[in-house]
Amino acid sequence: MSILQVINLEKRFGSLIAVADVSFAVEQGCCFGLLGPNGAGKTTTMEIVENIIEPSSGTVLYRGAPRKNSFRQQIGIQFQHTSLLNFLSVKETLYCYRSLYQNPEDLDWLIQRCDLAPILKQRNNQLSGGQRQRLMLALALVNRPELIFLDEPSTGLDPQSRRYLWEILGEIKSDGKTIIMTTHSMEEAQYLCDTIAIMDRGLIIAEGSPQELITTYCKTDTITLPRAAVEHHLECLDIDFQIIERTVSIRTAQVDATLSKLLSCGVDLSRMSVRSANLEDVFLHLTGKQLRD
Amino acid sequence: MSLKRILIMFGARNKEFFRDRAAFGWNFAFPFLIIVGFGLIFSGENLQRFKIGVFPQTGSQVDFAGTTIPPSLQSDPAIDFVAIAALEGGKQKIRHHKIDLLLDGSATDNRYWVNDASPKGRIVEQLFRAALLPPGESNATRTVVDGTRVRYIDWFFPGIMAMNMMFSALWGVGYVVVRYRKNGALKRLKATPLNPIEYLSAQMLSRIFLLMFTFCVVWFGSDLLFDFNMQGSLLLFFFTFFLGGLSLCSIGLVLAARGTSEEFTSGALNFISWPMMFLSEVWFSLEGAPHWVQQLSWLFPLTHLLKAARKVMNEGATLIDIQLECSLMVLTTLLFLALAARLFSWIE
Repeated sequence: MSILQVINLEKRFGSLIAVADVSFAVEQGCCFGLLGPNGAGKTTTMEIVENIIEPSSGTVLYRGAPRKNSFRQQIGIQFQHTSLLNFLSVKETLYCYRSLYQNPEDLDWLIQRCDLAPILKQRNNQLSGGQRQRLMLALALVNRPELIFLDEPSTGLDPQSRRYLWEILGEIKSDGKTIIMTTHSMEEAQYLCDTIAIMDRGLIIAEGSPQELITTYCKTDTITLPRAAVEHHLECLDIDFQIIERTVSIRTAQVDATLSKLLSCGVDLSRMSVRSANLEDVFLHLTGKQLRD
Repeated sequence: MSLKRILIMFGARNKEFFRDRAAFGWNFAFPFLIIVGFGLIFSGENLQRFKIGVFPQTGSQVDFAGTTIPPSLQSDPAIDFVAIAALEGGKQKIRHHKIDLLLDGSATDNRYWVNDASPKGRIVEQLFRAALLPPGESNATRTVVDGTRVRYIDWFFPGIMAMNMMFSALWGVGYVVVRYRKNGALKRLKATPLNPIEYLSAQMLSRIFLLMFTFCVVWFGSDLLFDFNMQGSLLLFFFTFFLGGLSLCSIGLVLAARGTSEEFTSGALNFISWPMMFLSEVWFSLEGAPHWVQQLSWLFPLTHLLKAARKVMNEGATLIDIQLECSLMVLTTLLFLALAARLFSWIE
């Protein structure tokens, strides 16, 4: 059963249509990812679903019914841009937020799960990026939410902090909680999400599991070679390729046949690599390679 | 509405305030310094006396020997005499209102100079001319007002405290809420079950707690220095400031109900606070001001706070005597709080 259904959602800011006729459903216990370039409408969609902003039109159903006042008791949110009371300590902040709810989470469990013990006495304005994100995640969990919204949770984190965050999110998933997240990190989406919706210009342009999306939109693998190994044999090669600085990329659905062709042309394959299609290939294929603001 | 959630936010805001050492220190230092400064300046009442310049004088004090200045004028406690070396220097001081009248101490014809544009000069001129008349020429009867004497500092203190309360209430609530909205702290709170009336009530209660805490500390500190003449009940005096603080905080909440621009909010707060400061009798009485100005001043909660506080402090008024002012402050609090809750937006 879907825990959340979004039906024909639309949001206009004056003449700008930020979200245009978006519909999707999220199954209980799954991690649903919204991907898209900057300005695609991901955050606006999330904030409408979170009941932070009002839609221009459309419906959001929680457990099959319109959201009630109690909706806020049942969800946890980690915003992309937000702030806390600077002069409170981490422990006081946790205490303050959990006291606002009817069914607060055990404080020790939160501290342990989000690894906050070493920074409990630190004030919010003294936290590093990673510590701050862990606190923000803990705040999203203070009320034992069924549904957790994470808006770009790993933005600005170093690789260690990011990996640690993924581990925590993996544990939350295994607890049976439902997660809806936006991200720019394809690696993150592929690692965490069961279902992904790719948005562009306010619309959902593709939806499915990571593997389904790859299978559907990127059937090709990529062969990469040093440019020096290929450039004297370009006339012989009767295949599409792309030169990027010192490398040549060849996308092909038939790796064996392409390699045979390269060998027949005398190309040195000793420094060759073959990579399967990934979510980034799907993303670029669907949204293009042009820079977005 | 949940009292628990209000108390949680009340506690969090108080911790923020007390830990922000700059804001905390300034909230105590500012009113205390203003009161001490103005108290020292005005307590001797020397700035309210008239000044008569006398030339030619060689020393820094006026030497009355050899001058024709009437003895009754010399001994008048309302007049200070200023020694001036020469006529030109004295004329310059008259032109710039530094002295009210200039006398030629050596002239036998009692020659004097006055600035026609100076009301004080015209009064001192009359004093001088009257002093030249033989004793008993006046047919007016002098009667001194009885009762307790109200010093300027006793009249002035409620004004300066109310002014400080106004600035602290408006900026402490209005500016802070706008800053929280701008940096996203309010958005984070919107994601919780906290509702606008709970949040605004907590903000207002926190600010009034801090205002009254500051008020008590500054009152007792200043009282040690100036030994205020409190004619009425101290408790009632504090109660009027409590009501006034609520009323002023609620105006701050209305101004902070929307918007994310601190610059705009600052402008709006100035637009509200400056007329209140000048038309609510903080610095001077509006007696004799145009009727419409007096009517306009009735719109400001600061006017009612000051009227009530001065009645209690200077006249010994009871709660019955100030019920109108108290009722108006309660009414404005409820009105503005309801308006703020109605207009309030967590996000831009």
